[in-house]
Amino acid sequence: MGLNAYLTLAALVFAIGLFGVLTRRNAIGILLGIELMLNAVNINLVAFARFHGDLAGLIFALFTIAITVAEVAVGLAIVIVIFRVRRTVEADRLDLLRG
Amino acid sequence: MTFETVGFWVVAAVLLASSLAVVLTKNLFHAVLYLAAALVATGTVFLLLDSPFLFGVQLLLYAGGVVTIVVFAIMLTERLIGERIAQTSRYVWHGAVVAAAVFVGVVGFLIEAPWPAPRPALPADLMPAIGRALVGPFAAALELLAVLLVIALLGALYFARPDD
Repeated sequence: MGLNAYLTLAALVFAIGLFGVLTRRNAIGILLGIELMLNAVNINLVAFARFHGDLAGLIFALFTIAITVAEVAVGLAIVIVIFRVRRTVEADRLDLLRG
Repeated sequence: MTFETVGFWVVAAVLLASSLAVVLTKNLFHAVLYLAAALVATGTVFLLLDSPFLFGVQLLLYAGGVVTIVVFAIMLTERLIGERIAQTSRYVWHGAVVAAAVFVGVVGFLIEAPWPAPRPALPADLMPAIGRALVGPFAAALELLAVLLVIALLGALYFARPDD
């Protein structure tokens, strides 16, 4: 399979993840969509690394995975705090900062 | 049809199906399990791209770590609010249109761009090369990443501390 096939697959997964981020009401559901989008980016990085014979893409994918883990840890901690304070799971009702 | 072609289509089908299930299923816990399937399928894509090291990292960190954290968070929040969390969607058509527009835009670039068709030969010593790159040109980024992880985990601990 050529590079195009892998990039198209990654674009599809990215679009699905974006759909999830836009349509989910639940804050954890939104985080899951973000996970899918970051995953799609990793596919792109590894595919470019393989087809250009350049190691940097693999290293970048490694860094992206590690940063995603940090992002999930902080994001879920924020979600737990929000649940504790507001007793709600819906992102629509988290409008404290709305003017 | 080579083994790689068949493998690609199978893995692509699994990845797309489980990704769709993540964003469409009603049960939040099931969505996390589908996410685990999608992450493993992504790892298999890395295998098809001759990166077994990243496959291992993906399994350990993503499918192992992230999924576990999310399951814990769901269990904790369900206990906190004392009810099952239903997972619903809103603005489905708006979201579908935006996601489709992004996909069409990206594929528009993919069609026009001239890509290298064949894969270059794999360097024989890939793993040592990755290790050398991590402590060579990317050493500063690696150290910063370690600091970032510590800060993120401390921040998460601070956020989720018990009430006093």
